Amino acid sequence: MRQPMVLAERVTKSFGGLQVLKGIDLEVGKGEVACLIGPSGSGKSTFLRCINHLETIDSGWLSVDGELVGYRREGDTLVELGGREAAARRAHIGMVFQHFNLFAHMTAARNVMEGPLAVKRMPRAAARDLAMRLLASVGLADKADAFPSQLSGGQQQRVAIARAMAMEPKLLLFDEPTSALDPELVSEVLEVMKSLARGGMTMVVVTHEMTFARDVADQIVFMDQGAVVERGTPAEVLAAPREARTREFLASVG
Amino acid sequence: MKSTVDVPVRARPGPSQGAGETSLRIVRRPRYGRWTADAVLALLVLGLVWSAVDNPNFQWAVVFKYLTNANILSGLLVTIELTVIPMALGITLGVGLSLLMLSGDPWLRGFAAAYIWLFRGTPLLVQLIFWFNISALYPEISLGIPGGPTLFSFSGNAITPFMAAVIGLTLHEAAYMAEIVRGGVLSVGHGQSEAAMALGMRRLQAFGRITLPQALRAILPATGNQVILMLKTTSLVSVIALPELLYSAQIIYARTFEIIPLLVVATCWYLFMCSLLSIGQYFLERRVGRGTRKSEGLL
Repeated sequence: MRQPMVLAERVTKSFGGLQVLKGIDLEVGKGEVACLIGPSGSGKSTFLRCINHLETIDSGWLSVDGELVGYRREGDTLVELGGREAAARRAHIGMVFQHFNLFAHMTAARNVMEGPLAVKRMPRAAARDLAMRLLASVGLADKADAFPSQLSGGQQQRVAIARAMAMEPKLLLFDEPTSALDPELVSEVLEVMKSLARGGMTMVVVTHEMTFARDVADQIVFMDQGAVVERGTPAEVLAAPREARTREFLASVG
Repeated sequence: MKSTVDVPVRARPGPSQGAGETSLRIVRRPRYGRWTADAVLALLVLGLVWSAVDNPNFQWAVVFKYLTNANILSGLLVTIELTVIPMALGITLGVGLSLLMLSGDPWLRGFAAAYIWLFRGTPLLVQLIFWFNISALYPEISLGIPGGPTLFSFSGNAITPFMAAVIGLTLHEAAYMAEIVRGGVLSVGHGQSEAAMALGMRRLQAFGRITLPQALRAILPATGNQVILMLKTTSLVSVIALPELLYSAQIIYARTFEIIPLLVVATCWYLFMCSLLSIGQYFLERRVGRGTRKSEGLL
């Protein structure tokens, strides 16, 4: 059987006394795009952050490309990894944030170079070449020397995607990448994401963009109150939802 | 007096008869209040300056005689040393303490909080006298494993006034710097270190490369104030008979009774040094302020 890129089984997570993930299962194959949709507070962003160990899980199994996330298996126990190993595994998983989180004190090009420089110890000239190539691929070659504060939200998010791509990730995670954008800037970011998907990048996307989900996703997962309510292809979940809660949600987002 | 500015106005269709005008003169409103305030202030300053120049009690000739006196200059050197050394050590120790304060471990946090509580909560004057008299409390100071071998030891009497001053100023400064650094680090959004970690950086790496450089923007102005404060605070060590700038001046006027002129000499040097530091601070802040839009001024 082919190794899935993301494999999650019965993942749970609590903040204090509140259980925000109540046993999430997910399987995303190599080159697939999975979209997590659902109302706010449904736990989809938390689950996404568990995939690259920005949040720790309380129980269950979570692996990326066959490697456990944040833990090492020893017999029947999972041992939490040290900072160095956890960081090394995270380096293969790119993440794009809702609020871009570009490094404010660095130019666009330096933002893209930072990962290769700091983590891969790439020579400066090579990192610069890579950054310029990636910025060109997101249509921002002319903004290489601009600081984030001089860029529009859409441009910042495209730089953030280039920054994530600079680490040559096996998997890209998107946490509501267009939710903080002005409406007219959403499409330029979605276009970049679509071209990544066409290029065979494995992606897990938390989004409210139903058109994007319908056009690009191989798999749609509808979550509500920390649990998966319904999953399937866009044709199944978006066009012919079986569950009442899914129909309600889809009606509310139009 | 009226200042005028010519502003080209684009012709646009409109209801007023001004349509078709390409250039209208804008006349600024007169600012009578400002001009009056300027005049009053100028008179006040003029009066103050004249009172100093005209007053023979200032003994300006004496001031100029002592301004470059060898004892005054060597005192100035001690003041500079007592500013630079404790400041450098205090910043280092303060960064360490702030990391403890930001740590997830409650014992480390508690230690740092207790340190800050102790050294910020007692007068520096008391701390300086305390370190100066440390030999009364610990005749011998040694570092070793309790019940095990001693790594090194020296007599409490070996602590010179200069060492006491450096220790006292450093430990006091570290408490303030710890709070300043902590505040600066907290001012950088959590998303920045998260993005760095997502790229595969380790926690300390993310702190050093991403969080700290941005925190500097908040830390530097406050640190600049601390340096200037430190420069003047060094005058406190005159109580442990260390001839820095103020104590050097005091030694001279105790002999010659030219109290005011010598205080003016010390003041001139303090002001000169503060001015240099302020200029340095301006350029340093401009350097770390990259990436932020230039502020237009709040008022």
